[in-house]
Amino acid sequence: MASLDDLKKRITSVKSTQKITKAMKMVAAAKLRKAQESAEKGRPYSDKMHNIILNLSKNINDKENAPKLLAGSGKDKVHLCVVMTSDRGLCGGFNSNITKKAKSYFKKILDSGKELKIVTVGSKGFDQLKRAYKEYIIENISFKESKNVNYFDADKVGKMIIEKFENGEFDVCTIFFNKFRNVITQIPQEQQIIPLKSEKSDDKNDVMNYEFEPEEDEILNNLLPKNISTQIFKAMLENSASEQGSRMSAMDNATRNAGEMVEKLTIEYNRSRQAAITKELIEIISGAESL
Amino acid sequence: MSDSFNLEIVNPEKLFLSLENVSEVVVPAFEGDMGILKDHISIISFLKPGIVKVFTGNEVKELYVEDGIIEFSENSLSILTSRIIDIKEIKKDDLSSMINEANEALKDENLDDQKRFIANQKIDVLNRLN
Repeated sequence: MASLDDLKKRITSVKSTQKITKAMKMVAAAKLRKAQESAEKGRPYSDKMHNIILNLSKNINDKENAPKLLAGSGKDKVHLCVVMTSDRGLCGGFNSNITKKAKSYFKKILDSGKELKIVTVGSKGFDQLKRAYKEYIIENISFKESKNVNYFDADKVGKMIIEKFENGEFDVCTIFFNKFRNVITQIPQEQQIIPLKSEKSDDKNDVMNYEFEPEEDEILNNLLPKNISTQIFKAMLENSASEQGSRMSAMDNATRNAGEMVEKLTIEYNRSRQAAITKELIEIISGAESL
Repeated sequence: MSDSFNLEIVNPEKLFLSLENVSEVVVPAFEGDMGILKDHISIISFLKPGIVKVFTGNEVKELYVEDGIIEFSENSLSILTSRIIDIKEIKKDDLSSMINEANEALKDENLDDQKRFIANQKIDVLNRLN
């Protein structure tokens, strides 16, 4: 059995760990509120953008001459996967959920004989993927310096992706991120952004006759690159809200576990203290009796 | 007010402005300034750097936009832009740094015509504000 001193030391150490996790939980809760707010505020922009593009693409009759970002390059050979994770750890299963989802997708791509290229955003994803998929990772971006998620960072990623697409480096682009539902549940998502998939098209009520100035094609050419940045920005916002939510619940669990551990250790400590006292008493009594 | 319509200006971070009694909006559309009144035909167009003027009653609000896309349908106008600033809130320092930024971009020799045009336009507008 551990000595009294050892037990005492362990109790203090668990207690100080508990203090840290408690503080991290508080910080995450405060950040979560902010991140959630900005995720909600960012939604109108991406929704509107999506609507306009949907309307535009319906008005394009000549599908063959449609911009490549919309129609794709006509091939399905090289897949680019953008895996978006956080830059910091200690947030429960947040990063491993995304990479797990991404890995199963990678496997599918490789099994069907297609080429795979990976871009990681956020250093944790890079750390988790580099062991198994190092030769496929072509770029690793991290925004450790920027305090908050901002559009200009997303724009940088978007521009890089478009440049690669225009150079013919890949045919299909998919992004992976966590969608924030609530503090306890975040759902890892895959979303194809090139070529653009129009998810649900309710043909009946959406048909609007718009005037275009300039021509549809020109607007689309201008808008599609923006849409990619917007989608990435949306993913980044969702991700940051998810990260904080996930961290908050992970830290909450850790605090609770630490509490349980302190209780158990305290009981053990008291017992061994009692045992030591009893032992000493017995020694004194038997010493007195033998006289 | 029967002559008014709805206006929503959104940037990636948030809903920047939402008004319900706008009587006229003038936007710097790519092919020239465009005034929009109530019952305008549904239109989609995109913007070049310039000033958006919003008329509500007797008030005029002027906003600087860098780029964007507008959609007007059923008497509601949406403006989506990545950078928008109220002219009254623009500071001198920001102005000069934005002008420098545009000048830097112009130095790139491989710039295509459209981007060159946009950067020039931006400098023009900003200089006028200065």
